[in-house]
Parts: sequence; C-alpha cells; structure tokens
Amino acid sequence: MLIKVDFSSLRQVQWHEYLIRFVLGGMVTVLTGLIAKAYGPVTGGLFLALPAIFPASVTLLEKHERDKKRRAGIAFTLRGRLAAALDARGATMGALAMVVFAGLVWQLLPRMKPAAALACALGSWLLLATLLWYVRRRHPWSPPRTLS
Amino acid sequence: MQWLIRFLVGGTVVSVFALTGDVLRPKGFAGLFAAAPSVALATLGLTVLREGSSYAALEARSMILGALALVIYAGGCVYLMARRHVRAAPSSLGLLWVWAVLALTLRCVLL
Repeated sequence: MLIKVDFSSLRQVQWHEYLIRFVLGGMVTVLTGLIAKAYGPVTGGLFLALPAIFPASVTLLEKHERDKKRRAGIAFTLRGRLAAALDARGATMGALAMVVFAGLVWQLLPRMKPAAALACALGSWLLLATLLWYVRRRHPWSPPRTLS
Repeated sequence: MQWLIRFLVGGTVVSVFALTGDVLRPKGFAGLFAAAPSVALATLGLTVLREGSSYAALEARSMILGALALVIYAGGCVYLMARRHVRAAPSSLGLLWVWAVLALTLRCVLL
C-alpha cells in the first residue's frame, strides 16, 4: 500500500512537543483574529496561511531523525535534514492545494451552509494534495532520495 | 472569553492535523499535513459564527494570496534543506520574512 498509518511513531513524540503544537496553534488562531479585528478581513485573511506551525513540525522531525541515528551510534548524518526536506516538499504540495481550498471557501461560503462549504473545501484540499503527491512520486523532476 | 475559545479551538484543530501527519507514512505524504488548512478551518469556523459568512469569505479571498506566498516559502525551505543542507530551524524560521513580504505585497497589488 502506498500510504500507511504507523501509530508507533507517536511514541517518538514527547508530551511537551504535543503541547508546543497545541499552544502554537492556539496562539496563531488568536493572532489571526486580532489582526482581522485591527486591520480588517482583507489583511487578516492573509494570515490564515501563515506558516506558523511548519517551523516547529519540521524542526521536531529533524530532531527525531537525528536522535534515532545517535541512539544507533551514528554521530553525523544528513538524514534529519533530508527527512525535514521531504516534509517541506510535501508542505509545498499541501500549500498548492491550500490555494484551491481558499478559493473554494471564498466562492462557496456565500452560497452554501458554512459547515458544508468548509467540508467541501477541506475534502478538495485533501484530494488535490494527495493527487499532487502521487503525481510527484510517479514523475519526480529530480532523482528521489529514498529514506529507508 | 472569545479569545480563550479561539485559543482552545485553534490548538485542538492544529493538534489533530499535526497528529495525523505524525502517524502517516511515507514522510513525503505526511508532509502534506504540515500545510494543512488547520488554522484556517478553526478561524473561518469561528468567524462565520461571530461575523457571518460574507466576512469569512473575504478572509478566504485574501487567504488565496497567503497560500501562494506559502508555496514559495515552502519551496525555499526545500531548497535550503535538501540542496544546501541548512538545518530545519534556521531554514524555516529564516524564510518567514519571505512569506510576509510576498503575502503583503500581493495584498497591496491585487486587493
């Protein structure tokens, strides 16, 4: 199967890392609200795509890979950075799909029930992001680095 | 009180998406969830309840430009990490200004 679920990876994440992401997510949501209140929805809406969580996520990922190698006795490795780069590559495709998400919300919200509009936009984001990932995987534009 | 609710809802939604990314493999696919519209979902949902759909739709229109800037930002991170082997923290934090400048420029020019 192309896509797998691996619950054992949750053991690698420490509780304070979950807390960091929760707090960051909460703070960014409050921040976007404050910006919209101060400068209006046209400026506030920009910050709905603020990459606030991404630096924390990608840094944690790199750290986990580095720690894994260190426990195996390998002192220096690029693996962490390459894993983070892979994550960032996925984020690029997720961001492309986010453009479509935002466009759909803009057009559907005035025309549909809000819950349906948001659900439709989210489903479209997931479908498009997955499609982009799949096409990229099948037709890489640079030699793929594989991580075991 | 509304800000506390925003904080809790936003933190929960972001955590759910982050957890989803944690358990998915391969890593490239899991990375999609690093750019999931989690903050947007939480914020737009709360905005619809408080300000109405039209207001939230205006925010979503601007989000298109923010997302375009995010594509460039994420691409820059890939370049720094994969090609230049810069570590994740300086790459991702160091390029945040790129996102901000791009997003605000697009907003000023187009909206």
